[in-house]
Amino acid sequence: MITLISKNKMAALLCGIVFLNLSLLAFAGEMKDAGTSAHENQIEIKDFAFNPKTLTVKSGEKVTWINRDEEPHTIVSVEKQFKKSTALDTDQEFTITAGAPGTYNYFCSVHPKMTGTIVVEK
Amino acid sequence: MAWAGTGLLWTISGGVLASRTLAEIAKAGGSLPAATDLSFLQISDSHIGFSKEANKDVTETFKIALDRINAMPTPPAFLIHTGDITQLSKPEEFDTFDEVLKSCRTKDVFYVPGEHDVLNDGGKLYRDRYLKSVEAKGSGWYSFNKNGVHFIGLVNVLNLQAGGLGQLGDDQLEWLEDDVKGLGADTPIVVFAHIPLWAVYPQWGWGTSDSERALGYLKRFGSVTVLNGHIHQVLQKVEGNVTFHTAMSTAFPQPAPGTAPSPGPMKVPAEQLRSLLGLTNVQYKQGKSALAVVDSNLS
Repeated sequence: MITLISKNKMAALLCGIVFLNLSLLAFAGEMKDAGTSAHENQIEIKDFAFNPKTLTVKSGEKVTWINRDEEPHTIVSVEKQFKKSTALDTDQEFTITAGAPGTYNYFCSVHPKMTGTIVVEK
Repeated sequence: MAWAGTGLLWTISGGVLASRTLAEIAKAGGSLPAATDLSFLQISDSHIGFSKEANKDVTETFKIALDRINAMPTPPAFLIHTGDITQLSKPEEFDTFDEVLKSCRTKDVFYVPGEHDVLNDGGKLYRDRYLKSVEAKGSGWYSFNKNGVHFIGLVNVLNLQAGGLGQLGDDQLEWLEDDVKGLGADTPIVVFAHIPLWAVYPQWGWGTSDSERALGYLKRFGSVTVLNGHIHQVLQKVEGNVTFHTAMSTAFPQPAPGTAPSPGPMKVPAEQLRSLLGLTNVQYKQGKSALAVVDSNLS
């Protein structure tokens, strides 16, 4: 049984149908300009790298990327397990909500050398 | 404005391909090499929409680059833009570029996309706007002939794979093999694409994973010139009959490979910016393996 946690019920519903047998991160797809606020699970994008490169979170927690570079970056699941972000400009952020436990590899589709991993625990 | 964008003027004269920067031409009194059969100009990385410290007015420096082109006594036959027209692929950024470009006396422009031009839509907006005058295939690659020279515009900024570099992909490579099949080995070839088609610095993603295969199809030709952008600085390499060359940006400089924590926009004091406006004179002579390169700056 998969538990999806998302603000976007329709999207979650669709995902639930399409990826019935896959574990996935539900997506909230929130993108906004970041202030100075710190998030619970924050990944900073700086100098063309995700920091921390590997982040472990609990299912149901939010994960937020903040771009601190002057270059646009994206967050794209290698296995298409969650919806990709649009290009984040400087100080823009992207948030997803962790779904089923598992390992989720992602990269920046603009600069594919940039890779990272989210580990979701129960 | 402390510094200006640059472009490179390429000339093909009697089978000899050479490049000179616009500033250098201006310095030489605006004269072009004699007996020029074909001249064209490469501009790159205008990044319209960028407004950070490295250059707060990239539209202005793009305009200056166009002014230099307009000041040439003999206008180039056409321009080649090697990508990153915009910073964020926004329609309004493309609009600004198009509006400013109207001031250019040379009207024919051939494009290839940079990764900044295809950020959110896989390049649809780019293709709708910039491939009208060519018979583009696939995600936007094409070829054309001018004055006996065969030009090939390639796309290596789409469908990039995690951990990888720029990529051409099987479909494009198969097209390329077929495209050059009927050409005589003495046909001069000019290939242009955004990301370098040689391993400039893979650690920063400055290379194309399957470029070797592309170059393999071009091996039999006596003269191959590869023009790229992306790295915002002039670098060149000669390998057999192939000359690789990257152009400067009209927007902002980037650090030399490995000299900074990342390849992001390079901020330098205003008085130093001018020294980054390089003068690079390149002479490529048919039948000679060595490339003559003379670099000088504007300060």
